[in-house]
Amino acid sequence: MEHVIEKWPGNVYELTIGATKEDGGTRSRKVKAGGINTLPFLHFEGLTPNQPLIAMEVWDIEPSEWPENLKNEFNEVLNNAAQWAKKCEDLGADLICLRLLSADPDGKNASATEVARTVKDVLSATSIPLMILGCGNNEKDSSIIMDISQIAKGENCLIGMAVKENFKTFTAAAQAGGHSLIAETPLDINLEKQLNILISDMGFGSDRIVIHPSTGGVGYGFEYCYTIIERTRLASLSNDKMMSQPIITFVGQETWKIKECKADETEKPEWGSLKERGVLWEIATASGYLQAGSDILVMNHPKAVNEIKNHINKLMEK
Amino acid sequence: MLIIGEKINGMFKNVKEAIQSKNKSIIHEIAKKQLDAGANVLDVNVGPASVEPLKDMEWLIHSIREISNAPLAIDTTKRDVMELGLSIAGPDSFINSASGQKEKLDMLLPLAKKYKSKVIALTMTKSGVPANAESRLEIAANIVASCMEHEVEVENLYIDAVILPVNVAQEHANAVLETIRQCKLICDPAPKTILGLSNVSQGTIDRPLVDRTFLAMALAAGLDAAILNPLDKELMNVMITAELLLGKNIYCDSYLEAYGKK
Repeated sequence: MEHVIEKWPGNVYELTIGATKEDGGTRSRKVKAGGINTLPFLHFEGLTPNQPLIAMEVWDIEPSEWPENLKNEFNEVLNNAAQWAKKCEDLGADLICLRLLSADPDGKNASATEVARTVKDVLSATSIPLMILGCGNNEKDSSIIMDISQIAKGENCLIGMAVKENFKTFTAAAQAGGHSLIAETPLDINLEKQLNILISDMGFGSDRIVIHPSTGGVGYGFEYCYTIIERTRLASLSNDKMMSQPIITFVGQETWKIKECKADETEKPEWGSLKERGVLWEIATASGYLQAGSDILVMNHPKAVNEIKNHINKLMEK
Repeated sequence: MLIIGEKINGMFKNVKEAIQSKNKSIIHEIAKKQLDAGANVLDVNVGPASVEPLKDMEWLIHSIREISNAPLAIDTTKRDVMELGLSIAGPDSFINSASGQKEKLDMLLPLAKKYKSKVIALTMTKSGVPANAESRLEIAANIVASCMEHEVEVENLYIDAVILPVNVAQEHANAVLETIRQCKLICDPAPKTILGLSNVSQGTIDRPLVDRTFLAMALAAGLDAAILNPLDKELMNVMITAELLLGKNIYCDSYLEAYGKK
């Protein structure tokens, strides 16, 4: 049979996250995402200079909605973001994904100063690169992002989420603090490209954007996200520079909120052990997104993280 | 679509004067403007008035090379000027142009092989440009065969189906479109197709309108490249929009601006 090898004119931008002492930061190492010039894991066809990264989620409030079997993994640290982050570092995360949910006006409504202090604590407690997200309320996030960016200045973090409504503030904040930016769009490839253009039009390097095309868990829109990611990747390989950014997916977040990962055996005996089910669901979702082309996976359960790391190592074998 | 900018041509008054007075800054400016506007390749022609075409070609290429390494299309009918141009312009240059005439192919294809250049070949012979698509395709097939003989890869061949001015040869436009469509069927991998676009509008009242319309039609027929004026913004916008409608790029509201963005 003929061995078909595609030669693509383009590649995905390579993004470095984190800054060591030499770069003016305090991290012990940096990580790189993207850089690939072929579809995922086709080592015979092109180069995959960096393997997909695993970020582990850390919240600055207790995740009351999480199922017990996930919470149990972090029990002693759930009320302390810095210790929680340190635990994730020890568990083998490539980077920390810090979510500042305490800022939510419908919840604790923490101030910019308060969340900035948390960022500082997490940076002090850990030595791996950091990703920082707001609470998801556009207005509030816009009002805290500049302080967050400033407190982490020089650490070359990845900050988000820049969306259509707030991208100007976020871009300015990322620019001022020397960070990279996650651009999020609601599962629409045209809006995805447009947001990247709008951000780069502000003078922000298009090679410092990470695309979040939206994430759906398995059974909850996964196929739509898969398709969007695949189309984005094909556009990057065809040299569309406004579609050539690394892609991030929030696997854990979309796994642990669905009923399949929350309903226990008494409620759904036919679904089997909840303890295993949730972990397997997160693994299945993550492995799917690896094949779609996700460069950064944000995950939760240590067992799922471990399993996916092994899986990536195998996929990276030439 | 591959765009070859047509503005560095001694036929134009400013270029002619630049060559005569050896004014490099004019050439730099025209080259830069075309590249900024989206040209991938720059056509270089010393013009009919040049008394020393060898020297003028050398001067033009060296001038362009001071500001850009973009591939060049060496546009001349003289073999020695062509060889000199290819030798100093570097690989990925274009020979502009060969035709279906055997002597021309035998003269130029060895140069294409030697300098690893691409070849633009017109579907015409000594007896001129045929009026129908069938005869154009027959010439194209002969050119493909010649390339194979001379070990020039067919992927590096650009067939120019020769569009004539619509006010003198109206029936040709359709024949050219048909030729572009069927060129892809000659062999696999197929030769690429190209047009010297502005010829279609020679002598018409609204030249830009005729150029734009024909470009959109030719793109729909499968055109791969064109020699045109990239400084005509409307023309470029039509090209970008046509390619968008053909699904070559992903739509977004700022798609015109996004085109070619680095």
